Amino acid sequence: MSTVPAELKYSKSHEWVQDNGDGIVTVGITDHAQEALGDLVFVELPEVGRKVGVEEACAVVESVKAASDIYSPLSGEVTEVNAELVDAPETINQDPYAGGWIFKLRLADPAELSALLDADGYAQVAAEG
Amino acid sequence: MPFIPHTEEDVAAMLATIGAGSIDALFEEIPPDLRAGPLTGIPPALSEMEIGRLMQARAQADGQALCFIGAGAYDHHVPAAVWQIASRGEFYSAYTPYQAEASQGTLQLLYEFQSLMTALTGLDVSNASLYDGASALAEAVLMAVRANRKAKAHRVLIPRALHPSYRRAVHSIVHNQGIELVEVPFDRAGGHTPVEQAQAAAGDQGFAALVIAQPNFFGVLEEVDALTDWAQAQGALVIGAVNPVALALLKPPGAWGAKGADIACGEGQPLGMPLASGGPYLGILCCKQGLVRQLPGRIVGRTLDLDGKPGFTLTLQAREQHIRRSKATSNICTNQGLLVTAATIHLALLGAEGLARVAAACHANTRRLSALLCEIPGVEPLFNRPVFHEQALRLPAPAADLLRSLAAHNILGGYDLGLDYPELDPTLLVCATETRTEEDMLAYAAKMARVIATRTQARCPVEPKFS
Repeated sequence: MSTVPAELKYSKSHEWVQDNGDGIVTVGITDHAQEALGDLVFVELPEVGRKVGVEEACAVVESVKAASDIYSPLSGEVTEVNAELVDAPETINQDPYAGGWIFKLRLADPAELSALLDADGYAQVAAEG
Repeated sequence: MPFIPHTEEDVAAMLATIGAGSIDALFEEIPPDLRAGPLTGIPPALSEMEIGRLMQARAQADGQALCFIGAGAYDHHVPAAVWQIASRGEFYSAYTPYQAEASQGTLQLLYEFQSLMTALTGLDVSNASLYDGASALAEAVLMAVRANRKAKAHRVLIPRALHPSYRRAVHSIVHNQGIELVEVPFDRAGGHTPVEQAQAAAGDQGFAALVIAQPNFFGVLEEVDALTDWAQAQGALVIGAVNPVALALLKPPGAWGAKGADIACGEGQPLGMPLASGGPYLGILCCKQGLVRQLPGRIVGRTLDLDGKPGFTLTLQAREQHIRRSKATSNICTNQGLLVTAATIHLALLGAEGLARVAAACHANTRRLSALLCEIPGVEPLFNRPVFHEQALRLPAPAADLLRSLAAHNILGGYDLGLDYPELDPTLLVCATETRTEEDMLAYAAKMARVIATRTQARCPVEPKFS
């Protein structure tokens, strides 16, 4: 059974969002997502400064089986990316909710946060596959 | 006998299983205007014997002309062993038997091909080939634009001195993908593409990549170091479009400038493929390690199996069409397996030294031919810079007329450059590979001298007997 931390918000496309409280959020993929993808071998990060919209594909994670898009759960501007993933993509498999974060976003509209799922809501989505 | 495995009963059983009343009913959802109608202009079927005779007659009409045409496809000697081995059943008949890693022999051959291509281009990785040189260049352009996100510009600089067919193929493939191709003029004295011309073409706007043809369509050698350094200093990637035989003598793209070209592509035909009216040929595509995830097509890797024994496997497939669908790196997920087999055997037979000798012989022959032709009044080199194995010659009469007269003497005299470069008319592009002998070249020069003399003399010195 994969873990779903209660303090985070989630998207239906298996990204997690941590609200840092200063208008910036951290985004990664869930434990369930990393498990489904298998061993990750490559991460293509978004460019810092890129403006993204809700559900816009902005990063790619590649496992030995497949390359999958990561969608931005919220709209805003990319302020930082986790460059350590370039050399160690497996960090996402090992530590999806902390060391495996992918990018940070300055929110365009903090109200969008309320549209995200909570842990219980996401646990249901993950259980349905 | 129709070689179709399904009997009428088979077809009926299949239709019944899926619940379609007839073949027509099966395809009903395709609108009538999109369906292929009956073939028109195709004569009634001939028997095998009749078609054999027809093809022999057609082949005879082609004759055994002496070929001095290059212009992208080259008449090299292919050792008999190449196709003797390539036509073995193990290589010849099986279609992509490597997908389930079943045929280790085929996979190893593709791996060896890739190793040969990286050795020739001086780059880190190669794919298992594409369809031809022109489509390989189009893929290289798409790669460069995808990879060079920093440039933020979907503009690619393409020299006018690049093969016209390559320019047209690249345009066809990329122009609907929002990529702008900017033409870089060539120097009228040298026939090369100077950095200043590239600078002027680029203007103040950024560009994602510069294409460098080495040698270019005129056979002229480009200043690859200066062009590469300049383009990379602008934040652009460099794509080398190269002739694999020339690479036996010239600096490989991986060593151009301070950092080396980022991508190299080329036409593999000179490596063991007959001219065959233009195909099938094979496309070469290599790149630096950092771009490997943008490299389309099949890539074979060497690995160890569970028992620690070496083996070969398809690798980096995650970005191909069957997994990434519309987001795949390319709509092409296949390679030219049989021609790769021939090219690999050809290169293995020649070796590095043999390939360098072929390249040197081509260069020497073309210089000799050019010198012989330039003894004819009115014929002179169009450009003053060094060439590999082709030379553009200015003529005193229309190239098409001279070529027609030469063809009547069973000589294919070259390529009429005026067809693609009206500003250079009348100019002929000639090529003499290692297959042309001194006698061949003397015969060509003698015929050319006579043909030009009859065209350029104001009046025929012999008066007609009856007027």
